[in-house]
Amino acid sequence: MALKSTHLLGLRDVPAEDITAILDSAVAFKEILSRPVPKVPTLRHVTVVNAFFENSTRTRISFELAEKRLSADVVNFSASASSVNKGETLIDTIRNLEAMKIDLVVMRHPLPGAPNLLAKYCDSKVINAGDGSHEHPTQALLDMMTLREVYGDFNKLRVTLVGDISHSRVALSNIFGLTTMGAQVAVCGPPTLIPRDIEHLGVKVYHDLDEAIAKSDVLNVLRIQLERQDSGLFPSKREYHQTFGVTSERLAASNKPLTILHPGPINRGLELDGDVADGPHSVILQQVTNGVAVRMAILYLIAGGEK
Amino acid sequence: MSWRSKQGTDLLKSHDWLVQRSQTVLLHGARLIDPSTGLDKTADVLIDRGKITKIGKINRDELKGYVELDLRDKILTPGFQDMHAHFGQPGHEDRETLTTGICAAAAGGYTGVSITPDTDPYIDNAGIVKWIQDQTSGSPVNVVPVASVARDDEGRRLTEVDDIFHMGVRVFSDTGRPAATPEIMRRALEYMKLHNLTISSRAQETSLAAGGVVREGPVSTRLGQKPWPSIAESMAVAKSLLLALHTGSKLHLEAVSSVESLDLIRWARERGVKVTCDTTPHHIALTDEATETFDGNFKTSPPLGSKRDKDALIAAIMDGTIDAVAADHVPLTDEECLVEYSLVPDGVVGLETAVGVLAKVLGKGKPDWNKLITLLAIRPREILELPPATIATGSTADLTIIDPEAVWTVDPARFFTKGHNTAFGGWQLPVKSLGIINRGWTLIAPDARMLVK
Repeated sequence: MALKSTHLLGLRDVPAEDITAILDSAVAFKEILSRPVPKVPTLRHVTVVNAFFENSTRTRISFELAEKRLSADVVNFSASASSVNKGETLIDTIRNLEAMKIDLVVMRHPLPGAPNLLAKYCDSKVINAGDGSHEHPTQALLDMMTLREVYGDFNKLRVTLVGDISHSRVALSNIFGLTTMGAQVAVCGPPTLIPRDIEHLGVKVYHDLDEAIAKSDVLNVLRIQLERQDSGLFPSKREYHQTFGVTSERLAASNKPLTILHPGPINRGLELDGDVADGPHSVILQQVTNGVAVRMAILYLIAGGEK
Repeated sequence: MSWRSKQGTDLLKSHDWLVQRSQTVLLHGARLIDPSTGLDKTADVLIDRGKITKIGKINRDELKGYVELDLRDKILTPGFQDMHAHFGQPGHEDRETLTTGICAAAAGGYTGVSITPDTDPYIDNAGIVKWIQDQTSGSPVNVVPVASVARDDEGRRLTEVDDIFHMGVRVFSDTGRPAATPEIMRRALEYMKLHNLTISSRAQETSLAAGGVVREGPVSTRLGQKPWPSIAESMAVAKSLLLALHTGSKLHLEAVSSVESLDLIRWARERGVKVTCDTTPHHIALTDEATETFDGNFKTSPPLGSKRDKDALIAAIMDGTIDAVAADHVPLTDEECLVEYSLVPDGVVGLETAVGVLAKVLGKGKPDWNKLITLLAIRPREILELPPATIATGSTADLTIIDPEAVWTVDPARFFTKGHNTAFGGWQLPVKSLGIINRGWTLIAPDARMLVK
């Protein structure tokens, strides 16, 4: 089994068979995680650098665990401790790491397209762990793995992303991945947080959460960055919660239970109420578990485990 | 007159250019096109000591010690004049020097280039204008400094316009230093009436641009790039036009790129506003889709527009709404370009590819030459208030030689400009400039050396 893609930069151009291959192999890796000794020697010969040019807790830990479960050698590197502040370019930074004989770079970066730059000018294989408001493919794949566990497949599955779509890498990767796999994707939020012309990506747009709930099977609730209210994108936390907060009252109006996803970290009581986050139809912690399994699958397939 | 910089002739020669300062030059058999006089005929041209002394049948027996160029199947046009090139010197010599810029201009067929004031220090006083004039005096390309409207980075204080006017400057630009408020822009426009001068404005509403890097639309959305909405331009255009209407002053708008801006310019012209405008080769050749690969060579200011914008710009060139095409030459170092897309400075080089790109876009390789020459040579000089370059007996010989059949591939490694940041790398272009004749210089490209008898 080999992927068509050399790197994982985003899901926009990843074909359905690659997504299926990743999700299938993630199932096998998830089984490993439940063993008494949850570790395999698959990537014993592989050195991975987790290059995080932006803060991240869960994505970094999830990647690191996945790498360690596969027995890869792991080096962590974060912007504050790096030479980036000394004016070194991204390409120089990574080439220096490459000179120390590494195989794979997992990168989180605040600017869109940074992983594409690496893939073009560096020799390592690159996995995008989030680039600005562009893509976050591993998050979307773990969301999809979770949905496949609930629904079996994506055919005609109605998934609505709720919240700040404009600044969300999770939203774009979900839209690309889910549409490729045959799901019907919609976005819902205030007009100020929905980017222009998003309909061109084949998604529906709702500005009314109740309408979105009535027409969805799944809500993927995105985190609201509190600083957005200071830039005039919505008036207040109070009004946001009243108009777009996912609450059990709103969900009760639907005649069937909706599956609730959230990429975390949650602002409880803002975009998502605590009882919904902890409720029976929330799969939020299942997402976190699947995150490790999906990342193991991706590392394995990208690093070429059969080497 | 001698060109102060021997580096310039050395640089040209190192690229196999023929560099001559002949007293007498005979141009044989070219098609002469000068839209300013309606000239379009095939004839010989005799140049003596920098002046056109005869057009028509020339008796070689009466000449001695002349150089002859065989220009059959070639086109001879008034020398091209660029509107706003960034030459970097002083302050950014790693991007471009006056010498490399002049050679790039000559290679693109330009005999004159207006240079933008955003050097370091800024062109905002008579002393620096004088320095540039001294550095470029006698060069084969006429370098015309455009001065800054403002003398401070905040755009609050006016430069000494009268002082700079007396150095020969006729155009003041807000590039890099936009007026802090509409009130300051209004006063600047009014003050220009002192000598009936022009403000050349790079209209952009910073608060609406909001740090955007890709034109807001489907492409910016699917790339997750910070969107740059076209109203960032059109709002500023509207504001400047209203101020020009109110003050009656002359306004030139640089690198206009959107449908709405064009509509506003037409509206203003109907009301008698003295407004002119230009656009760029890249805005009529490319769209925002070029940015899909995050390649910094497509990061321009304003960002590349939609197909609708592009089509509207081409139509506006054809109907005369757009007066001129400026190469909008912004050389950058390789280092500046090999970074994350948002961190790449705005701009692309353009002097060496402009005529080829225009011919390709505006006429699929067979352009309306009168139109093209009007855009590149005639209107720029009128707007910049420079003496016309006319193909007529008695006129100064200020000429560009064009090969209308040259198919060539753009290779940034062969540029004269220090900037390799072209948006047209690898493009096949249908037309090429073969050289220029200006200020007593004859510069001939390597692929045309065999034309010299």
